Amino acid sequence: MTTLQTVFAKAKADNRAALVGYLPAGFPSKGGDVAAAAALVEAGCDVIEIGLPYSDPLMDGPTIQDAVHRSLLNGTRIADVMRTVEGVAATGAATLVMTYWNPVDRYGAERFARDLANAGGVGTITPDLTPEESEPWRAASAAAGIDTVFLVAPSSTEERIKAVVDCCTGFVYAASLMGVTGARETVNVAAEGLVKRTRAHTDLPVCVGLGVGTGAQAAEVAGYADGVIVGSAFIRRLLDAPDEAAGRESCAALARDMATGVRR
Amino acid sequence: MAGNGAYGNDPDVHGKFGVFGGRFVPEALIPALDEVAAVYEKAKNDAQFIREFDHLLRTYAGRPTTLTEVPRFAEQAGGARIVLKREDLTHTGAHKINNVLGQALLTKRLGKKRVIAETGAGQHGVATATAAALLGLECVIYMGAVDCERQALNVARMKLLGAEVVPVTNGSQTLKDAINEAFRDWVTNVDTTHYLFGTVAGPHPFPEIVRDFARIIGVEARRQMLELTGRLPDAVCAAVGGGSNAIGVFHAFIGDENVALHGYEAAGHGLDSGEHALTLTAGSVGVLHGSRTYVLQDDEGQTIESHSISAGLDYPGVGPEHAWLKDSGRATYHGVTDDEAMQAFSLLARTEGIIPAIESSHALAGALVLGRELGPEATILVNLSGRGDKDMGTAMKYFNL
Repeated sequence: MTTLQTVFAKAKADNRAALVGYLPAGFPSKGGDVAAAAALVEAGCDVIEIGLPYSDPLMDGPTIQDAVHRSLLNGTRIADVMRTVEGVAATGAATLVMTYWNPVDRYGAERFARDLANAGGVGTITPDLTPEESEPWRAASAAAGIDTVFLVAPSSTEERIKAVVDCCTGFVYAASLMGVTGARETVNVAAEGLVKRTRAHTDLPVCVGLGVGTGAQAAEVAGYADGVIVGSAFIRRLLDAPDEAAGRESCAALARDMATGVRR
Repeated sequence: MAGNGAYGNDPDVHGKFGVFGGRFVPEALIPALDEVAAVYEKAKNDAQFIREFDHLLRTYAGRPTTLTEVPRFAEQAGGARIVLKREDLTHTGAHKINNVLGQALLTKRLGKKRVIAETGAGQHGVATATAAALLGLECVIYMGAVDCERQALNVARMKLLGAEVVPVTNGSQTLKDAINEAFRDWVTNVDTTHYLFGTVAGPHPFPEIVRDFARIIGVEARRQMLELTGRLPDAVCAAVGGGSNAIGVFHAFIGDENVALHGYEAAGHGLDSGEHALTLTAGSVGVLHGSRTYVLQDDEGQTIESHSISAGLDYPGVGPEHAWLKDSGRATYHGVTDDEAMQAFSLLARTEGIIPAIESSHALAGALVLGRELGPEATILVNLSGRGDKDMGTAMKYFNL
């Protein structure tokens, strides 16, 4: 199994940033999710985040909301998310689950961590779980041998950054801007400063997400971060494509562009 | 830790009422929540802030609101004595004005010029737009597209008051989705904007702040009941959606062990129909909108859409302090169906000349049942949280007027 540690070590050895792609489970369809993620891996993504569809995704912009809503309408359940993780992990990419807290809480933290590890998942990203509320989840994750990734934001004070990175294993997710998910014209200038501030508190890799949508932006972010996280730009291509095969090809083309970007 | 009081009157440092409350939000919002908490902590102990708030309540909101005894209505309650706390007589016609005036003053102290708010029935939106107009703040209101339609009059009022109303077309297009959208705006514009949260839910410190600004209802009512009847009521009744009017009236009575506290949630078409907003009576513990509380959710933690004839009660979550009051046994929560609420709505109008909000009608319906249980010696205080003008469209349809 590929772990986050091996991915970032390898990327570092290659003198490049890692490329992290996000797709929600059950989108564009059950089964189509693994195929789309596999296309991203084939095109150069090192890590795949599988989103656990949730009814109230308050950090997500319209593109991911739309995809997640469709996935829920398709009847996606946690067992499907685990199957998706299994399928994606089989491609050789380190596979994480990005999830809001309530579904994990309801499913049971220990059970979720165990099932995720059994499916080949290497960790989670939990955008609405604060360090103050995270202890039971970190304990469950440690017991199951999976990583816990939390977010820092441009508004975070030094004390908050320290508190967040102390809860992280695997890597730290730096939100590039104050806002919700979605590709933007430019990557916020706050991102580079945030990465620097974060590195002062940890030796863990720091990855930047929110707003990255082009190869050029990926290259720019790769200049100062250990990883580049892309979600909405891929999903937009799947949403706009006439069919799943065309969507996959379009995503793969973008991922190739991004993979070139992180190697510049 | 349950906080300082026996029933979690104040949350602990993490904003917890027992196991409920706390913060489950993106990290980007934590500094803003810390800032609001710090500014509020200072303000609530600042004599000038207290004076300003009190001045606005007296000269603008119309406080203290009166008590009205409703004997003809109470005939249907087995003769028990029923007394209404008349929040419907406040400026803008609902208890919401208390909280928005407090938070609008807080916005000034935060040095912010823009407020955003979510609204279901429109009362909180109208109140926020009113306070923003009064204090010269830019104002944007998020409202579910479904609610915009059923509360068109309130949409017009908000616009007239200078607010921008943004219809939310995600999800169930009701209050919960308006809250999601307001959070998205806040995380994007947090430097300039205060999220003027409308109920005692959400991440810490909102449940505490909204409660403190609403608790004037119970403080007045407790004193007025002693003046009117010479003793405390046997029971206090209030409708519960998010729970702000109920906490507002309950809070001053929490230490009075002989006063029973009864909250009434919207049972919609009935528990078995699956179309209801019975968060406390039929929900389970989970996390919604930044807080651990009771939630209508399925077995995998997906929020179940709620239903009520009253847009103001149509919410699948509830404030964490109510969750704590329920689990500690200090308050009891019941369901009232759409039909029961509408019967009480009509009864109060015909017997007392008061047209209540449909939200408040749930509490009135509950008081009728409670009165028959307690008998003619009992005195029941009902929080009449708002007036029914905004609900005339719904009433016309329901009663074929």
